Amino acid sequence: MIEVKNLSKSFDGRTVLDNVSAEFYTGKTNLIIGQSGSGKTVLMKSLVGLLRPEEGSILFDGRNLLDMNREEVKKLRQEIGMLFQGSALFDSETVLGNVMFPLKMFTGNSYAENRERAMFCLERVNLKGAENKYPSEISGGMQKRVAIARAIALNPKYLFCDEPNSGLDPKTSILIDELLSDITHEYGITTVINTHDMNSVLGIGENIIFINKGHREWVGDMSHIYNAGNKALNDFVFATRLFQQVHDYVSSHGMPQK
Amino acid sequence: MPVFVFGGKMAKFALECACCNCGMATNKNISMLLSNSLATFGRYCIFLRRVFALPDRWRETFRRTFAEIMKLGVDSIPLVLIISVFIGAVITIQMQLNISSPLIPAYSVGLATRDIVLLEFSNSILCLILAGKVGSNIASEIGTMRVTEQIDALDIMGINSANFLVLPKIAGLVLFMPVLVIFCIATSYIGGYGVAVMTDLIPVSKYLYGLQALFNEWYVWYGLIKSLFFAFIIASTSSFYGYYAHGGALEVGKASTDGVVSSSVFILLFDVVLTKLLLQ
Repeated sequence: MIEVKNLSKSFDGRTVLDNVSAEFYTGKTNLIIGQSGSGKTVLMKSLVGLLRPEEGSILFDGRNLLDMNREEVKKLRQEIGMLFQGSALFDSETVLGNVMFPLKMFTGNSYAENRERAMFCLERVNLKGAENKYPSEISGGMQKRVAIARAIALNPKYLFCDEPNSGLDPKTSILIDELLSDITHEYGITTVINTHDMNSVLGIGENIIFINKGHREWVGDMSHIYNAGNKALNDFVFATRLFQQVHDYVSSHGMPQK
Repeated sequence: MPVFVFGGKMAKFALECACCNCGMATNKNISMLLSNSLATFGRYCIFLRRVFALPDRWRETFRRTFAEIMKLGVDSIPLVLIISVFIGAVITIQMQLNISSPLIPAYSVGLATRDIVLLEFSNSILCLILAGKVGSNIASEIGTMRVTEQIDALDIMGINSANFLVLPKIAGLVLFMPVLVIFCIATSYIGGYGVAVMTDLIPVSKYLYGLQALFNEWYVWYGLIKSLFFAFIIASTSSFYGYYAHGGALEVGKASTDGVVSSSVFILLFDVVLTKLLLQ
């Protein structure tokens, strides 16, 4: 479990996170949602240690990231897998090379053992057969799946995903969501997903934290998001035309019969 | 008057008084300029401290160093050969045209060509040329890795990204630069020899005698020592600008330009310092 307590971060005097507290549960898909510029990426980057907040604490199963020395942070990071918005695959390595990279750097296993583990991870994300291709030769959805395979190669305890569906079509987005959800439940990982995709929110949102203007505005799960009674959240949820039309229809005609 | 200073943001900075266009430098601007330059230099020092930390995996560092030798060094050999052979020929022709006096022996052309190549062309000028080719390659590669979050991915994995990416580049270029210098020296003389053979400007025997006359071995060591410093400057400065690039393609291009310009300026600066230290 990851606990965030009273986290504050500002840039050049502008407060981006203001006293944010949240809990991210083990074996659940925890979603951070909010509009662009609301501070969710800053929260995510603070969680993984890429940014240092001015105040607060970030507890990884009781261990405070902000109190750790360099060696402790290094050790913790080997328990973390991260899926970046743009996949962040190494251009000079093949798909297999990318997945083998963390294994090569941290396990001390033989090449054959690392290859076997990498192939298992690729198979898990349905990418068997693409191992010898370079990132530039595969689609955006496949790149995301390679990045997931790389992120789970070391059996991480914590998995962070920064907008995993950005740039993907709705069908591929659902596939990625299902993959992340399955991996989370299968391996008991604490998964934190940063998104503003409502399909993800309604599909896999077991613990949702809504960030608005640097504040934690609402916490709940996907079944409570429609009747949250929070104006900022409603504005966010019903921002798309489709949701707006469904909302208007239900308001005027009631729920349609099955 | 736009002023170049060590740092991307500062390149836009002007010393002129902005309020009245009087062209006078203001104390405020000068102090800002100095403090920004010092801040950038401090960041460069911190960057180098991270680069020269002990690698997590020595075998991986050696493997990457070898790959960088191939990419930055061996791949530069054709460019070095082409430039050297032509510049060697041009220096020989110019020496012949400028030393055409009955009082000066004919072999002086070979001697002057040799010393110009040994003292300046094969190290300083060559490194200025390589700062363009290798420096822009390094800065754009690392800058692209930064903006596509590949460096963040390394950091998240608990890898010292500066050490992992930059140390092999510095080691590779520093190790291979003397080889490029030796190639440069040899092919420059071949260029001059070609002029002697193909034209009647200077007899071949005189040119060859000039190359060997009054030879000072220290000049070779002087050139090689300078090239080591210059290789370090090219690799570290370009990496620094690439590493701290942020934004998109425009910023990567700017980091690449800043890397090449800064490398060139520091090569020229250290050329003066090293010449004073090593030749006097």
